Amino acid sequence: MNISLELNGRHADWDVEPGEALLEALRRHGVLSVKRGCDTASCGTCTVLLDGAPVPSCAVPAPRADGRSVTTVEGLPEETARLGACLAAEGADQCGFCAPGLVVAVVAMSRELATPDDDAINHYLAGNLCRCGGYVSQTRAIRRYLEEAR
Amino acid sequence: MNEVGKSLPKIDALGLVRGTPAFTDDLAPRTSLCVVAVRSPHAHARILSIDASAALALPGVLAAFTWQDVPRVAVTRAGQGHPEPSPRDRFILDEYVRHVGDEVAIVAAETEEQAREAARAVRVEYEVLTPVLDFETALDNPVVLHPEPEIHENFPIGFEPKRNVASAYSMHVGDVDAVVARSEVVLRRRYFTQAQQHVALEPHCACTWLDVHGRLNVMSSTQTPWHVRRIMARALEREVKEIRVVKPRIGGGFGGKQMLHGELFCALATLRTGRPAKMVYTRREVFEATNTRHPMRLDVTLGSDRDGTLRAIDLEVLSDTGAYGEHALTVFMVAGAKTLPLYNKVEAVRFGGRTVYTNRVPGGAFRGYGAIQGNFALESALDELAGELGLDPVVLREKNMIAEGETSPIFAIMGEGTEGVEMIVESCKLPECLRRGKELIGWDAKGARREVAPGVFRGLGMALAMQGSGIPTIDMAAATLKLNDFGSFNLLIGATDLGTGSDTILAQIAAETLGVPTGDIIVYASDTDRTPFDTGAYASSTTYVTGHAVRTAALKMREEILVEGARSLGCAPASATFDGREVRGPEGAITLRDLSTKLLYNEHQKQLMTTGSHLCEKSPPPYMAAFAEVEVDTGTGEVRLIDYVAVVDCGQAINPNLALVQVEGGLAQGIGMALWEEVVYGPQGHLRTRDLMSYKIPGREDIPSIRAELVASHEPSGPYGAKSVGEIGIDTPPAAIANAVAAAVGARVRDLPVTPEKVLNALPG
Repeated sequence: MNISLELNGRHADWDVEPGEALLEALRRHGVLSVKRGCDTASCGTCTVLLDGAPVPSCAVPAPRADGRSVTTVEGLPEETARLGACLAAEGADQCGFCAPGLVVAVVAMSRELATPDDDAINHYLAGNLCRCGGYVSQTRAIRRYLEEAR
Repeated sequence: MNEVGKSLPKIDALGLVRGTPAFTDDLAPRTSLCVVAVRSPHAHARILSIDASAALALPGVLAAFTWQDVPRVAVTRAGQGHPEPSPRDRFILDEYVRHVGDEVAIVAAETEEQAREAARAVRVEYEVLTPVLDFETALDNPVVLHPEPEIHENFPIGFEPKRNVASAYSMHVGDVDAVVARSEVVLRRRYFTQAQQHVALEPHCACTWLDVHGRLNVMSSTQTPWHVRRIMARALEREVKEIRVVKPRIGGGFGGKQMLHGELFCALATLRTGRPAKMVYTRREVFEATNTRHPMRLDVTLGSDRDGTLRAIDLEVLSDTGAYGEHALTVFMVAGAKTLPLYNKVEAVRFGGRTVYTNRVPGGAFRGYGAIQGNFALESALDELAGELGLDPVVLREKNMIAEGETSPIFAIMGEGTEGVEMIVESCKLPECLRRGKELIGWDAKGARREVAPGVFRGLGMALAMQGSGIPTIDMAAATLKLNDFGSFNLLIGATDLGTGSDTILAQIAAETLGVPTGDIIVYASDTDRTPFDTGAYASSTTYVTGHAVRTAALKMREEILVEGARSLGCAPASATFDGREVRGPEGAITLRDLSTKLLYNEHQKQLMTTGSHLCEKSPPPYMAAFAEVEVDTGTGEVRLIDYVAVVDCGQAINPNLALVQVEGGLAQGIGMALWEEVVYGPQGHLRTRDLMSYKIPGREDIPSIRAELVASHEPSGPYGAKSVGEIGIDTPPAAIANAVAAAVGARVRDLPVTPEKVLNALPG
């Protein structure tokens, strides 16, 4: 079936399967920053913004994106560069597989919460798992990013 | 030092955060066939008949393979050196299936959907056999998992498949029984550790294609490209030279990618059809059909004087390797080899036992690799002994632990699968680690236990750990440096960065040695055609072993630059110096930028290229002291981790940030093993934990406070004083947390993970 969406600020017309997840459709159309990690909407590596709200794209049927906007790190170059620099400064970017999904979620958080403390950060980002870094370095980096953004 | 010791950002950081296509599934050819496995629904069965003709008739299906269609060569899938210390006990596909999820058949189709449809269309008739699911009943069980005649060991590892034994080992120093008999205090305890899944966020992935020369190219999320190439050649009955293996970025490994998984199946499809092929594991397949940590039963006997002087340690282990013996012997041996030397002053020490087959997911390499299992038993037992003696657990450690300038006979006796090497400990800052750790957690101020609410208690526990730095006399790594025009260098290394930042720290070592900025080093790694050899990323080897090789290559490059610079300046090399920026002679100087460009285009043209290789000759352990604070609710048994402090001696950290994150990440995995993670089976051997909803890895809110620090240390045998740091972080949480729970409420849990039920059952009176 045909859908029209706004992908990272540009219009796109896609032919998708009715049962296809948005994650699969994105990857099939070359948006490879969105990673497939768990198949059960548990790990957050496939997080995208759907009309500005963070969602696991593996749990969103592709047809549901019809008429809506989808944002991935490709559409957030400035935020990605700044948060990326903070992650790198803390050594918090390990394998990088979870990083694009995390960046998308942090951008959504920074728009939603004015001054989140560590507990609020950890709660908001609870759906973005990381198996390499033990989280504390990511939290340091996110704090740094939020402080720099102010 | 200008580059080493600096927390530089990872060289691939921004590219990865931007989501640049870098992982196997991102880079697989777009025209790849999708490869899917038909997997066993039974824990143990014989395939009576199998028919893939209906699958082959479906649209888009290009190939199907059963055990009757593939070479029958016994291999191990463990990515280890040659010849492997794991038994060669499996085939690409076999007539028998030995765990739920074991491969029955392979199909390849144009799309994933078509391949899954084809997999469902393969008709299989099974003779369902009785499974062996309890590893304590596996030895000499009438049900034998591996009756096939072709399987074998490569050298004596105690392989007795007719008895369901994958490997066996024993060693002793002194007369343990006699020393125990005359010890003033004897403590005997039994501990159990569970199966843990790696849960690297990138599922296992491989792809294959034929290049213009007709060679089989393999791209894989592997930690060991050379071992994969060698084992693939054997399994496919091809020459090693016909195969190239490349590792791109990997989304975490932790040992879980030190076994072959999809590579052989993709290769079958590509060799049959000529088409590129890829296989991406689902998360369920990662759980059911890769590997877990080997579960173990550990019997500890300690003999001690009343003053806490340890006299004897006996560690008897039964390890469960599941359906296949991947890393069976070596993981088992590390349970002793990387724990017992911590207490080197005992008169007698003994270690032994067996690894047995069961119809469960195969055991395999997993960060810590036996050390975490041994550590849980030994460090729990010492805590129990301290309790019996009325001693501070820290004091008991201080009285008995290894120190700089000392050795342990175990270093020479136990290697990984073979004998070890003698070694004097040249760097061991355990006293500093303990002092600093006590200070950070408030060990003396808080006391072992306090009530913070009615029925809710906080307690402190601790544990020590050691690991190693590579496998002596086995691990070899090489590095090549190539000088480019305008003064940059290519650094070609076989080492495999799993996301740890090893590419970055190796560039830092090259830059430090050459005297150039790290940004002038262009790293290319992990390609069996284009980079020199490396055994791979395992056994905490890369910093220590590959780091040495890089330094050697860079020292040689410096020499060559000096010779060519002196030639250009018309002076003797002995009268010239090179500071990384320019070669200076008595009467002038030439910059590296000019010299390198002239060398390719204008004067005495030649390529400067140097290679260093390093054989690991000893394995200096990194050490750690760790302290946990927990809060235990005696009404519910719930354990909350309040604080975790880890102080580590890893020698000179090449990149302190990256070393610390190695520790922090290891701690989180160890905390997961201590409190939540467990691969659980139903009564017929079906996995109950096969996704991230049923298998709990730590999330952000579960890890409230981890405080890791490095102490100043210098290992004389290491590159720039470094030891390795990849594994040590994971070792302590099971024991330190169990000890803290015991301190808080008197509940001693000897069976991981420490669940609320077990805590309630263990509460005194």
